[in-house]
Amino acid sequence: MKYVDSFRDPAIAAPLCDRLKTRGAALAARGGRARIMEVCGSHTMAVGRHGIRQLLPENVTLISGPGCPVCVTAPGYIDAAIALARRGVTIATFGDMLHVPGSEGTLGECRSGGASVEVCYSPRSARDLALARPDREVVFLAIGFETTIAPVVSLVDLALREHIGNLSLLTAFKLVPPALRAVLDDPEIQVDAFLCPAHVSAIIGPRTYEPFARDFRKPCVIAGFEPLDILFGLCAILDQMVEGRASVENLYERVVHEDGNPIARALMDRYLRPVAARWRGLGQLPDSGLMLRDEFVRYDAEKRFDVPVGPGRESPGCLCGEVIKGKRSPLECPLFAQRCTPTDPVGPCMVSSEGTCSAYYKYERRMRA
Amino acid sequence: MCLAVPMRIQEIRPDGMGIGELAGTRHEVDLSLVKAPGVGDYVIVHAGYAIEKLDENEAGERLALFKELADSWQVHSP
Amino acid sequence: MRQRETSIQLAHGGGGVMSRNLIRDEIVSRFGRGPLEGLPDAARISIAGRELLFTTDSYVVTPLEFPGGNIGSLAVHGTVNDLAVSGGRPRWLSLGLILEEGLPFEVLRRVLDAIVAAATACDVRVATGDTKVVARGQCDGMFINTSGIGDPIPGFRLGPERLRPGDWVLASGTLGDHGMAVLAARAGIGIMGGPVSDSAPVHRLVEAAAAFAGGVRFMRDPTRGGIASVLNEAVEGQAVGILLREAVLPFAPGTRSAAEMLGLDLLNVACEGRLLMICEPGVGEGILETWHRLPEGQRACRIGEVDDRGGAVILETVMGSRRLVDVPQGEVLPRIC
Repeated sequence: MKYVDSFRDPAIAAPLCDRLKTRGAALAARGGRARIMEVCGSHTMAVGRHGIRQLLPENVTLISGPGCPVCVTAPGYIDAAIALARRGVTIATFGDMLHVPGSEGTLGECRSGGASVEVCYSPRSARDLALARPDREVVFLAIGFETTIAPVVSLVDLALREHIGNLSLLTAFKLVPPALRAVLDDPEIQVDAFLCPAHVSAIIGPRTYEPFARDFRKPCVIAGFEPLDILFGLCAILDQMVEGRASVENLYERVVHEDGNPIARALMDRYLRPVAARWRGLGQLPDSGLMLRDEFVRYDAEKRFDVPVGPGRESPGCLCGEVIKGKRSPLECPLFAQRCTPTDPVGPCMVSSEGTCSAYYKYERRMRA
Repeated sequence: MCLAVPMRIQEIRPDGMGIGELAGTRHEVDLSLVKAPGVGDYVIVHAGYAIEKLDENEAGERLALFKELADSWQVHSP
Repeated sequence: MRQRETSIQLAHGGGGVMSRNLIRDEIVSRFGRGPLEGLPDAARISIAGRELLFTTDSYVVTPLEFPGGNIGSLAVHGTVNDLAVSGGRPRWLSLGLILEEGLPFEVLRRVLDAIVAAATACDVRVATGDTKVVARGQCDGMFINTSGIGDPIPGFRLGPERLRPGDWVLASGTLGDHGMAVLAARAGIGIMGGPVSDSAPVHRLVEAAAAFAGGVRFMRDPTRGGIASVLNEAVEGQAVGILLREAVLPFAPGTRSAAEMLGLDLLNVACEGRLLMICEPGVGEGILETWHRLPEGQRACRIGEVDDRGGAVILETVMGSRRLVDVPQGEVLPRIC
């Protein structure tokens, strides 16, 4: 696979790991340690899949951040989707959402009960469903961060151009920078640097992170999702820390350009406006989400079907909120691998395959035993 | 949050949709979010949409740099 | 009470933890004595003093036809393979068809032709059968059930309790092709080209290994849940574990790229024509050599070893680190995250 396998070359990984160790030692010599937050769930997954945590020096810790859209989706959103499905609407969704617990159950269970829930790889499949079944209402579960928002919102663009009347979005779009700010504003969270997301950055551009480097003195390094990208990104963070610098570095230049993707941002801006959003774990954050502008209200499923998205009920005892903020490791949660497993998840971090708890369960549980 | 793969654009249809290819796997790719896509270009595909072009020169330079640094670190590391 | 506790969910059939619990709690608790004990792929039964292997399997697949095969070839290969991995020579098949009102004749004919072709190639005969038609919507095009009877090949003594540290883990070919081919062909995914199902019989591979039967400890065809499921089952509750090496795992390029695109781990994805074998180290080379002489064994290789990490399946990654290979959790779904 071109541009994939070459970034997994073990012959280069080995010296990169040595380099990491040397930089870790240099930091330790100055009495330092590094708590690095990998913001994005795809980084969390890649770290687990390639066993990267084991390759790190002892004084370097990776903390998983709030960058998994499934994990931060509030239970009330799932409740609204289930209510729609029970009303006879066809729900089209990314596979990730099927097993996220709402207050009373999951969409997967709802499907087993006879509701129409279709799994799509691309939002365009929702448009195909709507065209194939003009007698049915199709609602796409419009979740995601900056990377996913433009593809999903282009459905509205398609619906307008093709006069599709039976397609709408249940939106819960979220933005990464406000979540990073919330992490930094919390005095209990100690993060020394950010490993910034690859594909979100491709949309928003590296400059967005400048306030975090400048005002909070946190190194911000953008890296791709392949293991060499991650290892090199971590080296760059340690370099900055050893040298006492804090700047934004883009190490994923092959995809992330200086001004991001203006076409995607223009599309988002045409259809969407900022709104306060509810995050599982982080609570309500101002201007941290996007919703359809008033003139496109007919594509807004929440209003079209009058299913207000409430806060829902989070599972008691679940530490996902703390895990999402990087305050606690999944291993510190009393439910982890006991009452909460991927088969029977209590919290969202166990549901999403890129959720921190799920990644720990899947790749690291018994490695630590 | 954003699983995506690099695909090479194999063809572009009149409606602007393209066919992307990765090691024998092909998929329809919506190209409307990238500037001036051309056949032969590599794009990063997320959920069926090209979200950005992949710059082959940058990729080549990065890999060359990796190799160079790896060689020098190997030589100098204790 | 959650719905998953009151009614059957799709994930109960996914080959993961929920499937295992369903079988343990509802089936084994009622039928788990006698030949069903330990849930072998085929039961060893004795009729008039003659020992036979007996198995059954039902086939439900959407879409009915996929690159590399259809539900008909699958229904023959699946049952032949259950007999073969139990150390048997497949002989007779039954064929039960449940057809949905409206199924096009041309599809039915292609499926039946595939059954004839596969049975002929496997040297098994369809001895008895049944056909039912159900109303539209009551089944997904067609369902097939096949039962199979086979002769035990002398010399095989198989069972996970025979695994010892140092044993070799062999795979007869590329992994995950069938599951990816079916998923890729499904509506809503839209992958073109890429994965081709590996649907094929493995009995010739078993016959080829018969010369080394005494050194063979474990054989399975890794269907639902892929090799992750089979290997975890093999070492569950045992004093031994398994170490796999990512660098040598055989994958077809199209299968690998489709999995990469949909975010799936191929260790969890079904094969329908592969043999997973664990043998003592002394016979490993010999078995691989005989397999390489067969067309279906061209890409056979050693993918790992048995070690003394009790109960755990571990993958040594290309990066040189180690990670857990867990039991898959049920339905395989494409993800964007």
